[in-house]
Amino acid sequence: MKPLLSVENLRIAFPSRQGPVEVVRGVSFNLGRERLGIVGESGSGKSQTGRALLGLTPVSGTATADRLEFDGVDLRNATAKQWRSLRGARMSMVMQDPKFSLNPVMTIGKQLMEAVKLHGGKSEARDKSLAMLEAVQIRDPDRVMAAYPHELSGGMGQRAMIAMMLVTEPDLLIADEPTSALDVTVQIEVLRILDNLVTQRGMSLIFISHDLKLVSTFCDRVLVMYAGRVVEELDASRMSEASHPYTRGLLNCLPTITGDSRPLPVLARDDAWLE
Amino acid sequence: MKTSEGHHRALPTVLGKAMRLAATVVFTIFGLLVVTFLIGRVVPVDPVLAVVGDRASQSTYDKVFVELGLDKPLYVQFSLYVEKAVTGDFGESFLTKKPIIDDIARAFPATLELATVGIIIGTLFGVPVGVWAAVRQGKLVDQVVRILGLVGYSAPIFWLGLLGLLVFYAKWGLVAGPGRIDISYEYAFTPKTGLFLLDTAMQGQWGAFRNVVSHIALPAALLGYYSMAYIARMTRSFMLNELAQEYVVTARVKGVAEWRIIWVHALRNAAVPLVTVIALSYAGLLEGSVLTETVFAWPGLGQYLTNSLQNADMNAVLGGTLLIGIIFVGLNLLSDFLYTLLDPRVRRRT
Repeated sequence: MKPLLSVENLRIAFPSRQGPVEVVRGVSFNLGRERLGIVGESGSGKSQTGRALLGLTPVSGTATADRLEFDGVDLRNATAKQWRSLRGARMSMVMQDPKFSLNPVMTIGKQLMEAVKLHGGKSEARDKSLAMLEAVQIRDPDRVMAAYPHELSGGMGQRAMIAMMLVTEPDLLIADEPTSALDVTVQIEVLRILDNLVTQRGMSLIFISHDLKLVSTFCDRVLVMYAGRVVEELDASRMSEASHPYTRGLLNCLPTITGDSRPLPVLARDDAWLE
Repeated sequence: MKTSEGHHRALPTVLGKAMRLAATVVFTIFGLLVVTFLIGRVVPVDPVLAVVGDRASQSTYDKVFVELGLDKPLYVQFSLYVEKAVTGDFGESFLTKKPIIDDIARAFPATLELATVGIIIGTLFGVPVGVWAAVRQGKLVDQVVRILGLVGYSAPIFWLGLLGLLVFYAKWGLVAGPGRIDISYEYAFTPKTGLFLLDTAMQGQWGAFRNVVSHIALPAALLGYYSMAYIARMTRSFMLNELAQEYVVTARVKGVAEWRIIWVHALRNAAVPLVTVIALSYAGLLEGSVLTETVFAWPGLGQYLTNSLQNADMNAVLGGTLLIGIIFVGLNLLSDFLYTLLDPRVRRRT
């Protein structure tokens, strides 16, 4: 079966005073109907990889690839019109913090219905939006529709964001640290909702996070990124068989509930990983 | 149930807010009265001499001194001043021998009309130009806008005014010359509001209306250009700030068209601080642009105040100052009100 998305040798560079700096250096992967996790520390290029898939690399940066194909469409030279028909309708993205990612002067309802209306469905926009808010387990969707983003808690805001991104039933959802800005207590709740919807609707998911443990729980396959490269790719169920020293080091640093090891283990970095 | 509860809580806050607002306004205007009163007493202009002239006898001088209430203690004088000011009595102008309030009622509409047309031009051009420059940051358009803005900032207005008169009036005859209206049209209508554009239009005097338009075009365009330079620069920087926000990325992810992202999502947010910028430039124009009014022989507030100042007509100067202060307070209130309308985050906060 042909993969939904295939990426080959993706490179993203930003100019700096010392010449261009590559933040993503030759990332390649294929994605089918599955949940793929991308883990890495900050600056490893995982978010930029996610954004490049949507053609949202910041204007100052340049993204190149030998292949960047979504369902037969070559994304490398997609026109503005093609992008508009892909974004929202077929691929979308949930971002980190609903405090910043929702428009502060528009009601949730207006933002949600805008997504529906853009991809056909003017008449049923309201019903669809209400149903979607219920699907993300918001109990009083009418009130939330009329609310402004600052009137919602972080968890509620992020659920509204997920609703907004899934209401058009895309094929691919990119979740870029969707729970990092939330309280620990609501993190799992929001993730469960996201996971259920993705599974029910048979969507592909790219889950970007710095939390190795979380990613291995919610994904089928994990890419470990370090300094702009994929250093390891493995099945989530085979986490213990990781072979790259970076992944091993990260796993070693996870605290266990029984043994208390002092001093705490520290990740020893090796310059060889950069190559 | 929930909503009715919300209303109960909302009512006292609205009332409290209104009262706090009223208190602020009263306090500000009171402060203004204190300042104008003290200035009137501190300046080395003898108000009695201004009335009687320097050849009056000592007995006349003393009589007027008492008439003006200058023999009473300062606080009594002040309370009399406030009492009169509240009823709109600022005394008489030494120069025109008419009550200040009548003089201002005649001069202010001229300034109001010019400033209003000016700020409309400035906003109508300034906002889109600023947005355009922000969207094409660093490109040719941005540079052109920057240079135009720089000229608007640094070229003296009287110079541009004279240049405008030379080219558009004297050379090409495209617009009418100085003044608000030609003498031949002056009695074609009754100035009810004092805003000639409105008066002539309402009375169907289209010939006079065209003449008024022709007169106001150049000075209003000039004031419009100056406020446009400022408004465009501020719009550009507010828009750059908004376009860098995450919600813009969200809108792109949703597949929103670029024009809608710019003009609906981002501009709607940039409009919040922009309202204050526009209101304050409007207030600046309402002060009466002395130079513009002088160059164009515009019988407005700026000209009236300069004239009074040069003739030591203190009543007129202080009355005008007070009016300008009140305009500032009023426009600030208006922009605060619009601010809460535009930004839901301010609306519900007490």
